[in-house]
Amino acid sequence: MAEKAIKDLSFEDALGELEGIVRNLETGNTKLEDSITAYERGTQLKQHCEKKLKDAQAKIEKITVGKDGSISTKPLDEAG
Amino acid sequence: MTDLDNSVKEMKSNVPEFSVTELALSLKQTLEQNYSRVRVRGELSRVSIPGSGHMYSSLKDNDAVIDAVCWKGNLSKLSVKPEEGLEVICTGRISSYPKSSKYQLVIESMELAGEGALLKMLEERRKKLAAEGLFDEERKKALPFLPDVIGVVTSPTGAVIRDILHRLEDRFPRHVLVWPVLVQGDGAAEQIAAAIKEFEAIEPRPDVLIVARGGGSLEDLMAFNEETVVRAAADCAIPIISAVGHETDTTLIDYAADLRAPTPTGAAEMVVPVRSNLLVQISEDQARLVSSMTRLLSEHRHRLEAQAKGLGDPARLLEIKTQNLDHLGDKMTGIFKQYLSEKKSGARELGARLYHPKDRIEEAKRNLTNWTERMAVLGKKLIEKKQNELKNMASILDVLSFESVLERGFVVVRGADNNLITEVEQTQAEQQIQLQFKQNKRIDVTVGKTRIQPIKKKKTKKENPDQDSLF
Repeated sequence: MAEKAIKDLSFEDALGELEGIVRNLETGNTKLEDSITAYERGTQLKQHCEKKLKDAQAKIEKITVGKDGSISTKPLDEAG
Repeated sequence: MTDLDNSVKEMKSNVPEFSVTELALSLKQTLEQNYSRVRVRGELSRVSIPGSGHMYSSLKDNDAVIDAVCWKGNLSKLSVKPEEGLEVICTGRISSYPKSSKYQLVIESMELAGEGALLKMLEERRKKLAAEGLFDEERKKALPFLPDVIGVVTSPTGAVIRDILHRLEDRFPRHVLVWPVLVQGDGAAEQIAAAIKEFEAIEPRPDVLIVARGGGSLEDLMAFNEETVVRAAADCAIPIISAVGHETDTTLIDYAADLRAPTPTGAAEMVVPVRSNLLVQISEDQARLVSSMTRLLSEHRHRLEAQAKGLGDPARLLEIKTQNLDHLGDKMTGIFKQYLSEKKSGARELGARLYHPKDRIEEAKRNLTNWTERMAVLGKKLIEKKQNELKNMASILDVLSFESVLERGFVVVRGADNNLITEVEQTQAEQQIQLQFKQNKRIDVTVGKTRIQPIKKKKTKKENPDQDSLF
């Protein structure tokens, strides 16, 4: 189990690790101490994934290049 | 013009006379009026673009050739890059250059002639870029599983961007940056290539790019076949998905992109997972986590309880153990005591064998006195012994001395020179000899003339007289 700080994990990596922990616990071959640690980490991974999934607000912007080459963004009028 | 017409009429019988310039300008005007907008199909040949930036070329078919020129300003806007041997349809006007009165086609726009020719050119371009390694599998980058920012290069209006945004909204709403570009016509390729490049530098930097355009004819999609666009896509450090035209349309950007989507909607599906599925998956994972943990804990508890039963009454176990301990303790004390006493007696023995230095000195003193006394006695005895020995030796000497022989009546005979005479032969008649008696008393005698025969049966005559004379 890679003991990387959970907050730095990508969603994909966190989900992958969570699945690994679940599979491992389901085999029942884990030592009690290890399984408790794994369970705690699994719970944290799950929270991390949920947090990532909650961050699902659409923000649509259009890029405008100014005459001097400067780049700025403004909301895209979808109807336009 | 009217002047010229009038002149022609007036001088019907008499051929009018023009200056060269007048005629040349008149011809130029006629050409430009009558051929102000023409479309002409032909093969490009003798293409050259000198330092001025204008392009000089000629259009030809099997039987004819027309010079062509494309001014610098128009050249950059052409949707086709003029190449030698390219079959094109040019739109423009006919003009003439008065200084040489040669007419030429001034090209305003250019398109490829015929689908076959176009496809052939695209295939050649594809091969060329493939040979450079632009489409190599090793260059392909993996798409992020869940991008935070998605960059889209497409037209800001129309169905394409709407389809993409709607599908993203359905699956997993994200931060989308749209880079509006022309997707066909003059300058489209440059805008698309620039947008792809610029996306790498802006903040927030997209995690993935979609380059999209709706369906259209081969010519409509040409911008996505342009080398500059293909190279920009291949060089882009951000994973890039191409979604140009319908599923059956293939443009060169598809080869350079990391992934090709069949449609813009398809690109949106590739770029994000379905959020609701993930939520379900996560909650399932959590349920599995909790249930497996609960099961694990209860399994462990049962095992613990089962083992605890096998343990028996701890108090009784303790009693037996205590007794064992006491027993062993006693045994140990006994052994220890014995050991101690053995060691003590051993020490005593050793102590007894240990001399005090004073004793050793006393003993040495005693020895010394003893030896001194013995030596004194021995010395005295030794002297006495030697004296006795001396006495004995003296008496022996005394006995052996010839003096004692003389005591018994013998004499010593000596010659004149006091030397001993022991043989008769040493004497002569009338010789003076000396006889020594005891106490060293001597008398001189003379040997007689007569020689007497020896008493004993000695044969030698000479000896006899001497002996006779002696007795």
